[in-house]
Amino acid sequence: MSGGSYINRPNRALTAYALVFLTVLYLPVLALPLFSFNESISVRFPLQGFTLQWYVDLWSRDSVLAALWNSVRVGVCVSLLATALGLLAARAITLRRLPGQNAIVAFAMLPLVIPGIIFGVALLILFSRIGVPLSLITVGFGHLVICLPFAVATLLPRFEGFDRSIEEASADLGENGWWTFWRVTFPMVLPGVVASLLLTFTISFDEFIITFFLSGYDATLPIYIWSQLRFPREFPSVLALSTLILAASFILVFTALWIGRIGLARPEEAEARKEGPA
Amino acid sequence: MTPGDGFISIRNVAKSYGAFRAIESISMEIGKGEFFSLLGASGCGKTTLLRMLAGFEDVSGGEIWIDGQEMSAVPPFRRPVNMVFQNYAIFPHMNVAENVGYGLRKLNLPKTQRREMVEEMLDLVRLAGYGGRKANELSGGQRQRVALARALILKPKVLLLDEPLGALDRQLREQMQVELRRLQRSIGITFVFVTHDQEEALTLSDRIAVMDGGAVLQVGSPADLYERPASRKVAGFIGTMNFLRARVAERANGRAHLDVEALGRLAVPAEATTLAAGSPAWIAIRPERFALSDAPPADGSYAVEASLELTTYLGERCRHVVRLAGHETRIAVSAPNARRHQPASLDLEKPVWLTWSEDAVIVLEEDRT
Repeated sequence: MSGGSYINRPNRALTAYALVFLTVLYLPVLALPLFSFNESISVRFPLQGFTLQWYVDLWSRDSVLAALWNSVRVGVCVSLLATALGLLAARAITLRRLPGQNAIVAFAMLPLVIPGIIFGVALLILFSRIGVPLSLITVGFGHLVICLPFAVATLLPRFEGFDRSIEEASADLGENGWWTFWRVTFPMVLPGVVASLLLTFTISFDEFIITFFLSGYDATLPIYIWSQLRFPREFPSVLALSTLILAASFILVFTALWIGRIGLARPEEAEARKEGPA
Repeated sequence: MTPGDGFISIRNVAKSYGAFRAIESISMEIGKGEFFSLLGASGCGKTTLLRMLAGFEDVSGGEIWIDGQEMSAVPPFRRPVNMVFQNYAIFPHMNVAENVGYGLRKLNLPKTQRREMVEEMLDLVRLAGYGGRKANELSGGQRQRVALARALILKPKVLLLDEPLGALDRQLREQMQVELRRLQRSIGITFVFVTHDQEEALTLSDRIAVMDGGAVLQVGSPADLYERPASRKVAGFIGTMNFLRARVAERANGRAHLDVEALGRLAVPAEATTLAAGSPAWIAIRPERFALSDAPPADGSYAVEASLELTTYLGERCRHVVRLAGHETRIAVSAPNARRHQPASLDLEKPVWLTWSEDAVIVLEEDRT
């Protein structure tokens, strides 16, 4: 805490509030990993002893591995597609002032606020009407719809902070639009692209509601977990699996946020650089 | 230079954005190897004109020819020009050497030759050994030189510079002016230089186009613009100028006689003005063309009595403001401190004599508006 200045003065009440808030938010989630290492099959205190048995069990089940593989396949395809589309959208939005630009941005962000169950039902009706059998492809399509706003939101700030004269300099030095994009524009927005890939993969990987409506016989990991909840004996394994997903999601999202910030200098840093030694 | 024979030929070029006319039909010729400046206040259209030369803006009317080729259908990446941007536009994800070598990709040179060219260029702009530096590790002056090297490595026929020294502090700017001039002389490329700084334009240029409100007021050498401004606007824009209202009284015996506010009747050689007797006019005299003395001059040159109102000591010279006796008219006078300054040598409020010679007087038409 740097103290000293009025604006940085610590505030005990607010600090306490923040701590309570974080505790309430994350304590229930932490119960998952806690009980996943518990020897007893029932979820209750006191804990009965430490075991890795439930984790070991997971690897012997083909259905878990199949569901994992399904989730990864859908996640990879969806993240690539969503990021590619998001890249084009962010580029188009920032390239020049389009008529009705704000409306376009709002429209692209709309899936963020539409409840997943409505999207799920709507897409289910659509697919069954036009006779598309439910499969991982329909699942992927559903995921794409909800991932796209995240991709656009991650990439947009990258393009917004983009100095147009950089691209003009490339054109001036003899590169046409295609080469300028690959030699200048893309490398400069690359951290945003990586962040978008990680973020959209995570969202697809964790998605349940839309997947529930749109999946056929091939379950993704969240669907598999849900189906196992009916069997009390399987519960510890579900906990173990959930713990793994939780950990992986955390790592991916934090990496995405961290990479997304690279090179987006904070104002005071940019200022300091400007005034650096001549 | 006559129309049409320039290395760069700008013919009736106009630019409008919707209803706004940024540039009204400009024509000028720029010679090969010339250091040519576009000088004007912000919004005068100088940067727009430069961007049209580079190809970033389409012309709304007229034609631009560079080295015998009409440019309207040529995209920026095929024009024989390179540009140094106002903010330098250094590629932030590349180091200095990659920046400088950026344009070489298309030439399909072997790697070693490419590296040699980059080294040579860095040498030329005095950045040898900086190749591995990241763009954000460079100072303003160094970035400016990277931008220069990056543009010059392609050996353009024309180098366009958009206020490249504007962001630098004064000392660095003066140093870079010298280097720019040295570079331009040694490689002999045509430079088109945009600036709002008249001193910079005077220092660097072979010729200058003074622009205002999307039009060119005058094109000429620095001395032309300073000594023989064609209009009040140019006279006022370049350096400091005293303006006094006048009227042509008569033309006789190869002389034009003018009645000048506060100074009385002056005579100038008839060639100094084409205005007919009776026409309103302005006369303009530079501050350094006046001299101040304690007593009226004995040799009969022009002199009026005045009182000293303000003296500003500027080191190499003093700047005075004097008020002409019996008038409200104030005149700026600039006098070199040829000897060591003696503060008491000119007393405020003490009468002084303001003298000037005939050839100091510039006669200008009333501005048409």
